Parts: sequence; C-alpha cells; structure tokens
Amino acid sequence: MPPSTTRSDIEVVNLSKIFGSGEDAVRALDDVSLTIPENEFFTLLGPSGCGKTTLLRMIAGFEQPTSGKINLGGSDIADLPPNKRPVNTVFQSYALFPHMTVAQNIGFALKMLGKPKTEIDETVSRMLKLVKMEPMANRKPAQISGGQQQRVALARALAPRPRVLLLDEPLSALDLKLRKEMQVELKRLQAETGITFIFVTHDQEEALTMSDRIAVMSTGKVLQVGPPREIYNHPAERFVADFIGDTNFISAQVDRANGRSATVRLPSGAALDAGLPEGLSPREGENVTLVVRPEHAKLAADGALKGTVENAVYFGTDTHFHIRLDTGDLFILRSQNSAMPAGLPEMGDPVAIAIPQGAVQVVRG
Amino acid sequence: MGKRNFSVASLPGFATIAMITFVFLYLPILTLVIYSFNEAPSMARWEGFSLRWYEAALNNTQVQDVSIRSLVIAFWAASLASILATMAALATTRSERRFPGQTMVYALINQPLMVPEIVTGVALLIFFAMIKVSTGYQGLGYLIAAHTAFCIPFAYLPIRARLETMDLTLERAAADLYATPMQAFRHVTLPLLVPGVIAGFMLAFVTSLDTVVITEFIKSAGQDTLPTYMLGQLRRVITPEMNAISTLFLLLSLIAVTVFFLLSRKKT
Repeated sequence: MPPSTTRSDIEVVNLSKIFGSGEDAVRALDDVSLTIPENEFFTLLGPSGCGKTTLLRMIAGFEQPTSGKINLGGSDIADLPPNKRPVNTVFQSYALFPHMTVAQNIGFALKMLGKPKTEIDETVSRMLKLVKMEPMANRKPAQISGGQQQRVALARALAPRPRVLLLDEPLSALDLKLRKEMQVELKRLQAETGITFIFVTHDQEEALTMSDRIAVMSTGKVLQVGPPREIYNHPAERFVADFIGDTNFISAQVDRANGRSATVRLPSGAALDAGLPEGLSPREGENVTLVVRPEHAKLAADGALKGTVENAVYFGTDTHFHIRLDTGDLFILRSQNSAMPAGLPEMGDPVAIAIPQGAVQVVRG
Repeated sequence: MGKRNFSVASLPGFATIAMITFVFLYLPILTLVIYSFNEAPSMARWEGFSLRWYEAALNNTQVQDVSIRSLVIAFWAASLASILATMAALATTRSERRFPGQTMVYALINQPLMVPEIVTGVALLIFFAMIKVSTGYQGLGYLIAAHTAFCIPFAYLPIRARLETMDLTLERAAADLYATPMQAFRHVTLPLLVPGVIAGFMLAFVTSLDTVVITEFIKSAGQDTLPTYMLGQLRRVITPEMNAISTLFLLLSLIAVTVFFLLSRKKT
C-alpha cells in the first residue's frame, strides 16, 4: 500500500513483451533492463511504436510481461494487479471520472483504500492547493478546460502518495503555451513531492527540458540512457542523434582510437578529435559516422570542412546555412545573429566550416 | 451558386414518398384517437365530442383488472430482464479474452428476436404445463418468466451499446487508484451505466406491455393482460370504448418511450 519508508527504486530486469504468437508475433519490448533510482524524473523517449507505452503499462500492471522482472524497492511486482501496486498513472486522456466532481476524483484513491473522511478531505484540499485548483473543487470534469483537467489528473494520481508516478504523454493534448507551462509545473511537482516520475513522451524537447535522465527507445529496445546533456552532446547511436535535435552526419576514417576518444580523418584530409560511445573500439582505417550539431559548427576563414552556401534561412535569433560540402554531402550550420550582420556569406559563396574541440561524436550504425 | 453536396431530399418524388409514408403510418392511429372522443356508440358516424367512452373504460372493473395485471407483469419482467441483461452485457463486453463460444452466447441472448414468437409460445405452453402438473403452482410467475425471457434482448441492446462506448481507460484508472474489481464496478462502471440500464428497462417494459402471442398461449384462466383482453373484446363487438383504451395505452407507451429517449440522450 502506498505510504512507505523503504526505498522505491524501480528495477526492470530483462523485460520482454510479445503480442500475438507465431508469425504474427510482435516483440513490443525486447529484453529491456533499466534502473530508475528513487526521486528521479526519468523519461522514456521514442517514436510511436517503440515500446515506451508498453513498458509504462507493465509497470502500472495493465500488461503482463512475457518474461522478465519488475522490482520496486527490491520486491517483484510483476504479478500484482494494478490496484495492489503503489504506482499511479496520469493517463494521456486524463481518464477523469465524468460523474464525479474534481474533489471526488482527487479523493477517489483514498476512498478506495478506506481512509477516514477527515483524512480524505484534508488530502483533497492539500492537493487542490498544490495544483492551484481550489476554486474548481465542485465542478465536473466536463466543466473545466483541458489544462485544468490535466492538473486534476495529476492531483488525483498524487493524492495517495504513490511511490512512483507514471505519466503517459500527459501534455500531448495541450496547446503549445499550456504545454510549456505544464512542463515547468510538472518539474515543480516532482521536486515538491519527491516522488519518482516516469514520463513517457515522443517530444524530444519535453524530454530534454524536464528530465534528470532520459532513456531513448526504438523498436522495443533501450538504445541509450543518460542525462539530457549527455544524450544530446554524446549520442551513442545514429538513431539517437537523429531523433534528438538536428544533426549533421559526416563519414570519416579512424586514425587512432583510445578508450572514449578517437582521432578521425575527414575525406579532405583534416584530422579531428571525436568522442567514442561506450563499448565501441573501431580499428585503424575503419569507416565511421560522425555527428556534428548544427549550432556547434562555426563559419571560419579556415576550417576542416569546405563547401558552398546553397541557401541561407533567416530565423530571427539565428540563421541556418545549408552548405553543400565538396564531398557532395549537405551540412546545416546554425549561426546566431548579431545586431550588426556584416560579412555573412550569401548564396553561392564558398565557405569553410570550423568544428571546435568536443563537438564531434562517433555514433554506431 | 457553388457545387452542392448530394442530398436524398433533393431527389424527385422524395417529398411525395415521405408524405405517403407518414400518412400510412399515422392516419390510422389518428383516426383511432379522434373516434375515441366520438359521442356515437358505433365507429361509423361522428356525432360530436364526448369523453363518455373514457369514462366507461376507466369505470370498467375488467379493464382496471387487466391493466393492473399488465403493469405488474411488465414491471417485474422489465426489472428481471434489465438485471440479467446487465450481467450478460458485462460478460460479453468486459471479458479479458474472448471466451469460448462468445458469438454463440451472443446469438442465444438475442434468441427471442430470431425465433418466431408463436414457436416460443407453443414451447412454453408445453413446458409450463409440465411444471404446473408437478408443482400445482398457477400464479403469474409463468407470465413473468416468459415475458422476462422475451424482454432480455430489448434490455440487452442499449445496455451493451452503453458499455461498448464507455471509455475503458476509466475502469483502468479506477484499478490504478486502488479500486478492487468490485469497487471499480460499483463506483465507476455502474454509475456511468445507469442511463443505459433505465433505457433498457423502458424498452423491455413497453415490449412486455405489448406482447400478445406468448401471453395468449400461456395465460391461465383469469390471467388476461390488457392486449389479450382487447383482442377478446374485439372478437365480439367493437365499441369506441376500445378506441379510448387504445388511446390511453398509446399515451402510456409514449411516456415510456419519451423517458427512454431523454435518458439515452443524456450525457454523463
């Protein structure tokens, strides 16, 4: 039952889920292992169909794993029904009970647990305050806005003080402005309550702004787990680099590899230092793919890459240069605009691109 | 003028066909209602407005007797059918997996819609006769049981429709918030299902009130319902009293159907 003094680390061990059987079998989750420590804002990020929602539903208890274990604070919860798990969910559709008031929705879990009325009332008013919904306590869900419904869904799931809160793309139905507000709000709630949040999204920006750590998923597998900066600056896989942010892929040859760094040689002959993902140790002369973020590269008089400006797109805060490299590849470079835009190259101008130390990463695939 | 979408209403002859259809549907009923207010003792001539046939009908102890019996049977049959139909609808829409023979069960529930009433009537006549012989019970139970069976599909269909359109995430949310399966049903599924159950009850009630064939076969002596009584009277002599009874009957059905309509329209 929810209140507990033991640690609430979530441990997912070799978890697999296969839907259907025989030739129609779909491996929704493929041998996934993760550890999510207590009090972390953890995000499962990936495109639709990557298995992130299946994983969330298995932690909630709505799906049974085909194999593997889910440990919460050291004990396996994989066989418990949803109502026996100290885990609550904020549903994508909110799933507020339409026949109950906001206050009744928020008090539902405590009522089901048989808590005394005074305790329920006290918790409900505390929750209403936490999500700033006190004036709406007696409204029905149909009488409040989408953003307000979202807050009620959060309060309802937090009211019984779960050890883990699961959030299934909860912001996807909100408009942009509200979504930005709720991002900050969610982060605040997580800090205030100290409850582990497992947040599912396909929105990379949401993941980067809110998470302590992100697990990037694709086709049922976890590709990389790490803090947002590490995922963004040092993607281990081509998919991760491509899915998060804008990216330039460049081919190169390995000169030397040493632990987590390597010296690579571009077709132009220029040598660069590049980061290596964990567990990858390419041989000398091996072809690898490099990732360079558009905003990390700089226009320079002399640089490792040379090409011609094909297009310059003005975005206000910055300008995107589409540069056709001499190798034939397209390179996108993002340059922050200054108040005195003098000497910027125009279409057709030959340019050189400088890539600073630490801006190059070798990726798998 | 822009291009207009195809509309059935703009087809030639549409209005004519619609008018003819409405006349066919409602002219006889309208005539019946009008002549229930006829002063004359026969259907042939109009002799002026009068409520005498209503007075006659309402003071007729036999009419009172069969009307009460009809309402009692309809109430019990509709109540039992609604409970059974709710259970059946839950089983056929809320099973984790399809259970073996689910399609078969669906067909069996709806059997009264497919088996001719007269066949059911004959079968029940024989079946109930055997029970009567062995138990000696002669009461209204047979009619209530027969009407219940007959009414189940009418209660089942709106209840099932309501369950099927209900968001399953709500029940999932209840389980997530520590509700046991019984609590989830009691606090979430059932309250949301109530309009469907009442709608099913109303349909079953009206259906039971209206049933002639099955009642005719299995009623014991002195167990006439309103429809079988009217049928019996019409065989002898047709008086405007029958029009008055029919009009009152129509009014009752209209009220029940209106309640059904308002409830099924109501969103939770």
